[in-house]
Amino acid sequence: METNIALYKYCVRIADTSLILAQRMCEWCGHGPVLEEDIAMSNMGLDLIGQARGFYSYAAKLEGKGRTEDDIAYFRNEREFLNRCLVEQPNTDFAYTMMRSFLHGCLSYLQFRTLVKSKDDTIAGLSEKALKEMTYHVRHASEWIIRLGDGTDVSHQKIKSALENLWQFTDELFEMDEVDQTLIKSGIACDLSLLRAEWDQMVNEVLAKAKLVRPTAGGYQSKGGFNGAHTEHLGHLLSEMQYLPRAYPDAIW
Amino acid sequence: MPFGKMGASTPITTDAIWNLLKQIPDPEVPAINIVELGVVRDVIFSEDGSGVEVVMTPTYSGCPAMKVMEDDVKEKLSAEGLEVKIKIIYKPAWTTDWMSEETKAKLKAYGISPPPKLTFEHLHPLSTVKNAEVMCPFCDSTNTTLTSQFGSTACKALHFCDSCHQPFELFKCH
Repeated sequence: METNIALYKYCVRIADTSLILAQRMCEWCGHGPVLEEDIAMSNMGLDLIGQARGFYSYAAKLEGKGRTEDDIAYFRNEREFLNRCLVEQPNTDFAYTMMRSFLHGCLSYLQFRTLVKSKDDTIAGLSEKALKEMTYHVRHASEWIIRLGDGTDVSHQKIKSALENLWQFTDELFEMDEVDQTLIKSGIACDLSLLRAEWDQMVNEVLAKAKLVRPTAGGYQSKGGFNGAHTEHLGHLLSEMQYLPRAYPDAIW
Repeated sequence: MPFGKMGASTPITTDAIWNLLKQIPDPEVPAINIVELGVVRDVIFSEDGSGVEVVMTPTYSGCPAMKVMEDDVKEKLSAEGLEVKIKIIYKPAWTTDWMSEETKAKLKAYGISPPPKLTFEHLHPLSTVKNAEVMCPFCDSTNTTLTSQFGSTACKALHFCDSCHQPFELFKCH
């Protein structure tokens, strides 16, 4: 596989995952359980949009067809989106939102921590920035998981349900293909399989503190989001997110 | 030596550019300017001296004030007859450790608790090391509680002073 084609896809995968999660976080705007959390979720959404913009802009440059970050974000259909399925799952409730952020955030944190040393300077730079932000996001989500898990019967039940339902999207976070292999060889991408042990450790630590039992291995696991195979939820999310630029393609803001 | 709108008699020095940039306030925390904030990393003149490239780095990836700061820089330097180009870099990543003690004092006087020094606790999400003591900008008490890690802007957290009972913002260590 040609390095530039692999690199384009690699950046779009990272950007799509950040953007879709950002859209979900921002859906909370005006609906947060308390004002501070409402602000926190929009704030994190903003960080994620910023990360997505950086990677989309770089992808657009690599592609060299004159497209912009907006073209890539707004004018593709769900099968062309390469995000991990975990992040497109609906907010459902606050517990789900925190669990989704945590499971994704731990991997994202570890991934950016590795990519800081990428041989591609742009990726290394964008990752250095994103790493600091993900550190905050994971801390925020982990504290809430512990508080909810070790809280009342109701809060425990909610966070337990979130964990058990979202667990099927965790193996997929580590999926790799020839895009990754090509770039790992040239020292640009990071080998996700090497991050699994530390991810497990982070997750186990927080689940134990939250008095939650980690779901057993061997259950159903979703696959293929990073190649465009999504759950039903992504299409609905896109129809809302892309409405304006699709209805008014010449709109500028 | 580059020349501005006044022609050959008044060449614009790099120092003069930096001084102009110091006149631009941070749009979200106007008590400090964009140079003190640390987002301006370099000023580079074009070879013929007619243009200047300002190298900037964002505080947070999605900071909405970045565009405003870029526009302010363009406006300020264009007024001097210079052709302005903005270059955004991400590495090295912006850190509050770049803020001088003088800048931190300005933040405090403005009612924002300045960022503590970056330590290991800030670098690992699950670190259980006790958070650095946060001082109330109004009464200097360290008897304070974190209300929310996310405040009115991406760069600030919400705290409450248990001594003088004032809510206040902390410029997050980053």
